[in-house]
Amino acid sequence: MAMPQFQVHQPKTLESVLDLLGRHRSSVKLLCGGTDLLIKMRAGAQAPEHLVSLNRVAGLKTISYAGGDGLVIGGAARISQVGKNAEVRRLYPGLAHACSVMATVQIRNMGTVAGNLVNAAPSADTAAPLLAYGASVVAVERGGRRQIKLVDFFTGPGLTVLEPGEMVEAIRVPDVSPRSGSCYLRLSARSKVDIAAVSVAGFLNLDLEGRVIRCRLALGSVGPTPLRCPEAEQILEGQTPDEKLIAQAAAACVRASRPIDDLRATAAYRRAMVQVLAQRVLTQSLDMAKGGTP
Amino acid sequence: MAKQNIELIVNGDRYEVAVEPNRMLVDVLREDLGLTGTKIGCAQGDCGACTVIMDGVSISSCLTLAVEAHQRDVTTIEGLATSPQELHPIQAAFVQHGAVQCGYCTPGMVMSAKHLLNENPHPSEEEIRQGLSGNLCRCTGYNKIVEAIGAAADKMASSAKEG
Repeated sequence: MAMPQFQVHQPKTLESVLDLLGRHRSSVKLLCGGTDLLIKMRAGAQAPEHLVSLNRVAGLKTISYAGGDGLVIGGAARISQVGKNAEVRRLYPGLAHACSVMATVQIRNMGTVAGNLVNAAPSADTAAPLLAYGASVVAVERGGRRQIKLVDFFTGPGLTVLEPGEMVEAIRVPDVSPRSGSCYLRLSARSKVDIAAVSVAGFLNLDLEGRVIRCRLALGSVGPTPLRCPEAEQILEGQTPDEKLIAQAAAACVRASRPIDDLRATAAYRRAMVQVLAQRVLTQSLDMAKGGTP
Repeated sequence: MAKQNIELIVNGDRYEVAVEPNRMLVDVLREDLGLTGTKIGCAQGDCGACTVIMDGVSISSCLTLAVEAHQRDVTTIEGLATSPQELHPIQAAFVQHGAVQCGYCTPGMVMSAKHLLNENPHPSEEEIRQGLSGNLCRCTGYNKIVEAIGAAADKMASSAKEG
C-alpha cells in the first residue's frame, strides 16, 4: 500500500512542538523513531495530515541518573542508548535487558522508550520492567505538565490516557535502594526480532533480615495492556521468600493474567509460562538483592 | 504535496534534492541518487536489506523519511571501500569466506557488521550473531557470514596495531 501524503514539521524547541500539536490537534502525530508509526501509516491504519518530528529538538534525548532522584529518560532517548547506559545496566538490569534484546539492532537504534510506551502494545518490552521499577510518565502540553504513574497509563491495546495535544517529555524511574534485585524475562518463538509471547518483570527490595520490603511484578502479552500483579506482590511483602512462597506468588501472577489464544501462543501456554517465568524472575531478583548489588 | 528541498550527505558527498515528505530514505538513495547498493526487502524494518549508517548508528532506511535525513551523515555500502581498487576489510572477508550467495542481503549484512565492529572491535561469535539479528539471509545459513565478520575483525585489529 502506498504511503499517504502528509506534511512534516521539524521544530527545534519543545515549545514549537507543543504549539504544532495544539494547532493541528485534529490530525497530527509525533514522529521520532517511526518504527511503529510509519508501518501503520503505510498499512493504511493511520493517516495523519501532519507529522511533528522530535528529532531536532534539543535536550530530549538525555538519560540522567542521580542518587536519591533516580533515572530520567528523555522522550527522544533511543532504546539502544538506554540499553547501553552504564547506570541503567547496573541499577535497572531488567530495563537494560529489555532494551538490549527487543526487536533488532536497527530498530533499537531508531525507536525510543517513550514511543514503545505510547504505542501501547500489550507486548511492549519496556513496559513490564518500567512497571516493575515503579516508573511514571511526565506528560506535557501547552500550558502544563502532569506526572502519570505507568500503572495508570495504559487503557487498552494501543490506547493510553494521553490527551490530544499531550506528549511524553520524559520517563521518571525511582531510585533503587540497597538490597534490591530485579529481572526481566521474555519468551518468543524465534527469540530475536519477533514480539514476545509472554514476558515477566520483577523488582524486590529486602530489609537487613532478608524480608521483602517492596515487591513489584508486571506481565506483558497476557492481557489487553501490560499488567501489574498486586496479589502476588502482597504475598511476598513482609515475608522471607523461599521456594514455596515464590511458587505461590507466581501462581498469583497467573491469576492476574488474562491471556488470549493468538498466532504467537495459546492462552494455556501463556498461563503455564507466566508461572515458570515469574518463578525465575523472582529467584534471580532475590539472588541479586541478597548479593548486595546494586 | 509540496516538495521539500533537502541536503543529503551520503558517503561524504553533498546532494541537493527536492523530495515529497512521504518518501523514504531508501527510495531517494536508490532512485534519485542512483545508489542502488542499498536494497529493499520487506519495507517494514524486519529484514535489514536497507541498512545504512546514519550519524554513526545502523538504521533501516525503509523506515526513515528522507526529509529526516536532511544534513545528517549517511554511509551506504558504496561508501565503505576506500578506493575502487580496494575493498573494505569486511567486504574482502565476505568474498574470501564465501559469505555471499545470491547477494541480496549482503549490503545490509556488511553495514550491520560495520556498525557492530565500530561499537565492539573484538566481538565473540555470539555477539556477531546478536549484531546480525536484524538481517535476514535465505541462502547462506549465516555460518559463513559469521566467520567472515570474525576474520574481518581480526584483520582490522591487526592492521590497526601496525598502523
